Amino acid sequence: MGDTSRLCSVWLGSETGILKGVSLSRKQAFNFCNTSHLSRDQEVRALCWGDPAESELLVGSVDGTVKTFSTEKGAFTETRRYGEPAEGCFTGLAVLSGSALVTCVECGTLRVWREDSSEAVTELDAGKNVCRMRQSPVHRHKVATGGKENGLKIWDLERPEKPLFTAKNLRDDWLDLRRPQWVRDMAFIPDSEKVVTCTGYHQVHVFDPSSPQRRPVLEVEYGEHPLTALSLPAAGNAVVVGNTHGQIAVLDLRKGLVRGCLKGLVGGVRGLQCHPSQPVVASCGLDRFLRIHGLEDRKLQHKVYLKSRLNCVLLASRDLEDGGGAAGQGGPPEVKEEGDDDELWDTMEQVEERPKRNPEEEEELQKKKSKKRKKEQD
Amino acid sequence: MDITEVPVSQDITGKKKKKNKKPKKKSVNQEGNGEGSGVLKTEQKMEKSEPAGAAAGAAFPPTFSVSEIKNKQRRHLMFMKLKQEKRKQKMQLKKKKKKEREALGDKAPPKEVPKTIENQRVYDETTVDPEDEEVAFDEGTDEFSAYFNGLTNPKVLITTSDRPRGRTVRFCEQLATVIPNAHVYYRRGLALKRVVPQCISRNFTYLLVINEDRKVPNGMVLCHLPDGPTAHFKVSSVKLRKEMKRRGKDPTEHSPEVILNNFTTRLGHSIGRLFAALFPQDPQFVGRQVATFHNQRDFIFFRFHRYIFKNEKKVGIQELGPRFTLKLRSLQKGTFDSKYGEYEWVLKRHDMDSCRRKFQL
Repeated sequence: MGDTSRLCSVWLGSETGILKGVSLSRKQAFNFCNTSHLSRDQEVRALCWGDPAESELLVGSVDGTVKTFSTEKGAFTETRRYGEPAEGCFTGLAVLSGSALVTCVECGTLRVWREDSSEAVTELDAGKNVCRMRQSPVHRHKVATGGKENGLKIWDLERPEKPLFTAKNLRDDWLDLRRPQWVRDMAFIPDSEKVVTCTGYHQVHVFDPSSPQRRPVLEVEYGEHPLTALSLPAAGNAVVVGNTHGQIAVLDLRKGLVRGCLKGLVGGVRGLQCHPSQPVVASCGLDRFLRIHGLEDRKLQHKVYLKSRLNCVLLASRDLEDGGGAAGQGGPPEVKEEGDDDELWDTMEQVEERPKRNPEEEEELQKKKSKKRKKEQD
Repeated sequence: MDITEVPVSQDITGKKKKKNKKPKKKSVNQEGNGEGSGVLKTEQKMEKSEPAGAAAGAAFPPTFSVSEIKNKQRRHLMFMKLKQEKRKQKMQLKKKKKKEREALGDKAPPKEVPKTIENQRVYDETTVDPEDEEVAFDEGTDEFSAYFNGLTNPKVLITTSDRPRGRTVRFCEQLATVIPNAHVYYRRGLALKRVVPQCISRNFTYLLVINEDRKVPNGMVLCHLPDGPTAHFKVSSVKLRKEMKRRGKDPTEHSPEVILNNFTTRLGHSIGRLFAALFPQDPQFVGRQVATFHNQRDFIFFRFHRYIFKNEKKVGIQELGPRFTLKLRSLQKGTFDSKYGEYEWVLKRHDMDSCRRKFQL
């Protein structure tokens, strides 16, 4: 069991409660299930890495339990209950340094738990109907929450009384009616304070907390259907969004234009994630497929059928193809071959100096010919 | 007016000489063309005589093809001749094979199966394996589980788009006789999103909306009610009872049996269950009526028959009831919410039409 889980570079959570691991190099998918008895209560709603070394996965289910899965051992090591199912399902899971866990549920209660106690250390209310909570990759104590009629709020967990930043709704439209807001997903842009969100009204907003403006700095509209998932690729200035119709697009954040669409998905997108170093994006959704597209050529690279509807996807930071060792071995001989080529080209250049005159002579001849023709036509 | 059939060397000399010489060149070219066409004519005569003179199955010179003849009438004639030749050869081959077959009798090799699009269908990886546990669990706990476990009985509300015309109204009435426990209501311009909670409160399990366009039903929205999936179909070829030839008497109140054919993929399974849950479950069949949903090439054909077993092997059937074809356009998770709902499957024509042998259901 441990060998199979070590091979998997993509992890997915499904509606049936099964954690799926996919190994792309071997083109195989493995199911990891806690108990032999499956139930819909175990539907996976949130997935995150338990530690920076990515040896543990935290799986949040609908009934309020968070299970720890160890990729080394290939089995679930721990189960803890973090709240009542009546409060709603998990909308976000994050890990703080010092083995503390941050959970957020749909009714808005955001709690920080420590391993030893069964009570939350910190608790704050992020409003009602929270759709997503995300943690900033740079400042681990900052989290963002957003939901239906609940704008983007950035919280500092060390000062939980008031949010650091509350976004203001857009200006009223041309009929002076209040614009509805529905934040579905958000992401922190690295190297800056900005946060990008996607809404259920097919808009993508960029907020800048460092500027005095609380309204979005940039607004982009895409499609006619609610955007459900968002991810930032490693190369900056772009964002990948997916909507309920299965349309995935890469948008440029500098001007707000659509760079291109990724085709293939036929169901609503539930989870999107870009690889931290490679230009690939993994998407999963209600059509029960995992698809991996390359971001540069926007072509489908891998497609895996996993029999249940998928809720969330998580990529390992290492090379997706899992051929990390093999790629390293292939590297040095390639470099050597290029060196040989350089020597060949050096020798070639010395020979090519003489025939350079010929093209010049040909040009002169052609010029003369064209002059002659012009004279004839006249 | 430059004539292009002259060989290359003549062209260059033609260009470099002065204009005065051009008309002379033209005349020369025309003559050349005359010769050329004459040559062509003779060639064609030669070729015409060849098939006439040669034995059956003679080949044309390998570099010649019918499409190179510029004259449309002649090209057409040549093509017709070619086709007749081919057909003759094919018939001869068939006769030969038949003779051989009869001669061999029992030892003849088995007949070759002709290729059809259904035969050549690209293997779909989502085809459901009957022993798959995960899929069985998924189906066992999905929105239809209440029906398939015998807990609820179907109750269907049939309605149309606003202000339906005669054909659609009659279609709805006939559907109500086919589906037991169905009620037809007039849609008074009500929004479907408001109709849905009212239906749920009155214990309906299905909402069936027939959409009409230009006095003809052309769409169907089938919504499973407590929180179930909504399927949107395109309806075509609707035939009402009086348009059917050799039909039997009107269907009775008995619950029909349901036959679901050829729903093999995971999506097909979901749609099949959607149809099956329309009818009450009763293993003791009373009343010899059967409703068939036959899926072929992503089109679902609905037929309603009455059958009678004449003996162990022979069945007589008479068709009653309306017949129509459906094509799935989208399957949405949750009750009807076309704007904000999440779609499980959407028909994307340009993505899906690329391969003729690939089907979704």
